[in-house]
Amino acid sequence: MWDYNEKVMDHFLHPRNIGEVENADGVGEVGNVSCGDALKLSFKLDKDGKISEAKFKTFGCASAIASSSALTELLIGKTLEEAEKITNKDIVAELGELPEEKLHCSVMGMEALQAAIADYRGEKVADGEDEHEGRIVCKCFGVTDVKLRKVIRENNIKTLQEVTNYCKAGGACSSCLDDIQKILDEELKVKHDESSKQPDNGFATWPLVQKVVKVQEVVDREIVPLLAKDGGGMELVDIVGSTVRVRLQGHCSGCPSAGVTIKHLVEDKLREYVSPDIMVESV
Amino acid sequence: MKREVIYADNNATTCVAPEVFEAMRPYLFEKYGNPSSIYTFGGELAADIERARIEVAELLGASWRNNLGQATEIIFTSCGTESDNAALRSALEVQSGRRKIVTSKVEHPAILNLCRELEREGYTVETIGVDGDGRLDMSALERAVDSETALVTLMWANNEIGNIYPVEEVARIAHRAGALFHTDAVQAAGKVPMNMSESEIDMLSISGHKLHAPKGVGVLYVRRGVRFRPFIIGGHQEKGRRGGTENVASIIGLGKACELARKGMAEEIAHVKKLRDRLETGIAERIPAIRINGDKSSRLPNTSSISFEYIEGEAILLLLDQHGICASSGSACTTGSLEPSHVLRAMGLPYTAAHGTLRFSFSRYNTVEEVDRIIEVLPSVISTLRKMSPYWKE
Repeated sequence: MWDYNEKVMDHFLHPRNIGEVENADGVGEVGNVSCGDALKLSFKLDKDGKISEAKFKTFGCASAIASSSALTELLIGKTLEEAEKITNKDIVAELGELPEEKLHCSVMGMEALQAAIADYRGEKVADGEDEHEGRIVCKCFGVTDVKLRKVIRENNIKTLQEVTNYCKAGGACSSCLDDIQKILDEELKVKHDESSKQPDNGFATWPLVQKVVKVQEVVDREIVPLLAKDGGGMELVDIVGSTVRVRLQGHCSGCPSAGVTIKHLVEDKLREYVSPDIMVESV
Repeated sequence: MKREVIYADNNATTCVAPEVFEAMRPYLFEKYGNPSSIYTFGGELAADIERARIEVAELLGASWRNNLGQATEIIFTSCGTESDNAALRSALEVQSGRRKIVTSKVEHPAILNLCRELEREGYTVETIGVDGDGRLDMSALERAVDSETALVTLMWANNEIGNIYPVEEVARIAHRAGALFHTDAVQAAGKVPMNMSESEIDMLSISGHKLHAPKGVGVLYVRRGVRFRPFIIGGHQEKGRRGGTENVASIIGLGKACELARKGMAEEIAHVKKLRDRLETGIAERIPAIRINGDKSSRLPNTSSISFEYIEGEAILLLLDQHGICASSGSACTTGSLEPSHVLRAMGLPYTAAHGTLRFSFSRYNTVEEVDRIIEVLPSVISTLRKMSPYWKE
């Protein structure tokens, strides 16, 4: 038996906002009956562009119903821009918690919301694209590699079991588990590579060696050749925090346009190739 | 919240009968000796175990006794699953030239998962399908059983839909090919008359807790003359066929439970059948878009499998639980697996129906009033959930 908390049971036993909104502005339908759950979400906006009504119809277990009910409560009173930011994690947070195996119910809520917003905007349903895009990996639940990668990235998934918990893939005949593991390994590798690269907005926090190597590389490759055309040069003096100190050489030193050169050329190049928060000072 | 429990899930487990508990009580307290001991305090328990063994044999209609009057075809185990494991492993070991098992798609996981494991170990497993009512494809079975086949294993009665399978006929098919035949009779014991003395069945598993004995005791019947290799190897208990100190109290309890089942069987069958039919009629009259699953001409008298279309089983069970009603579901969500029951899928039930399938199973302790209460509560539960369902159209 599942260990549902009081909040989940409350939403299940007393679901809020059941039904379909009349003359809805947006309608999203996701899931399918072969998976054992499906959700139809509809909403209406008021004059100020806020969601005045949101209703659901759900085929599914207690946690699917509770997730749908919680989602409608989250939506009402929000602008579309605010609503768009709601993720499955917000639904889980609203419910306190869901058993791990039931997290896919909250994902279904998020997908229905995205579909309903896309419907309002007259866009193609984003998730519908995913469903048909790519190669079907899990045949039992019709989950494609595109969708798997999306779910893995969005939820920071690290294990096979989590993949199944979030999108069911691999949860039935198990024959695709090897395949899913490969996709997961690839995603984890990409993530690892990305995290070993320095984030663009945290230049000040990079290790000094990393800063020097990166900046020097760009100075040598992009900046020095340009200055050399004018018979000038430049050398890297120091890096403190996000501030890169350089010394201009040759014709450039003492040149009245030095300030402008530094600002526009060196700083732009370093910001473009290394990090946008770099400041350049001449010493 | 109402907490008076209506227990309609007797295929999952049953209550221990008061008579069974009373029979067990002395063995939990004063008679705690080890039956293998030489002194009277322990040794006399061995005779009590032999009496329980005879009660089990009587329920199965296994009348053969050895020169000491013991029903040695009965081996006590810890559960139905252990009995199944012992039977299948033994059948493969004693016929090492044959490496194939034939079984059905609707077996209990104790058999199905074991067969999957045996496949990984290099054995061949052929799994025979069923039709829309869960009836076995007999011609496919006949084709599958051949000179490579070590064992045919087929459940006597299905736990989910209650179908009773033609075990005698299948035993004959197995024997014609020189194979052994085993049946998982966990659901059938006590609900279907059995006569092993006239039967061709070689091995049969039963479980205590399905017939009002406690959990943790089971039986493997091995016909006299059928070669057997023990599954649990240890001491000389059970004539060396199952090591481990006897679970004396539970064995005594199982003996009592078998005696009660045998003596009360005709009455119990009539009683639970009346309840089951009343439930099915009541539900069919009050709730639209349902289907009653299984082979109406041959199923257990106590079991009803009903699909409520367009809604999901876990949600139904949790709402019934609010009224203290216990049943079970073939839905994916209740089990932790993500697919609905393998039995319902083997029958080709549409997913809209499979997910919303409930099983009610009665025992001699259920009453007409309880059934009427279920019939009273269920329509509003079903309509509440259908109002939420995007598939339901009034």
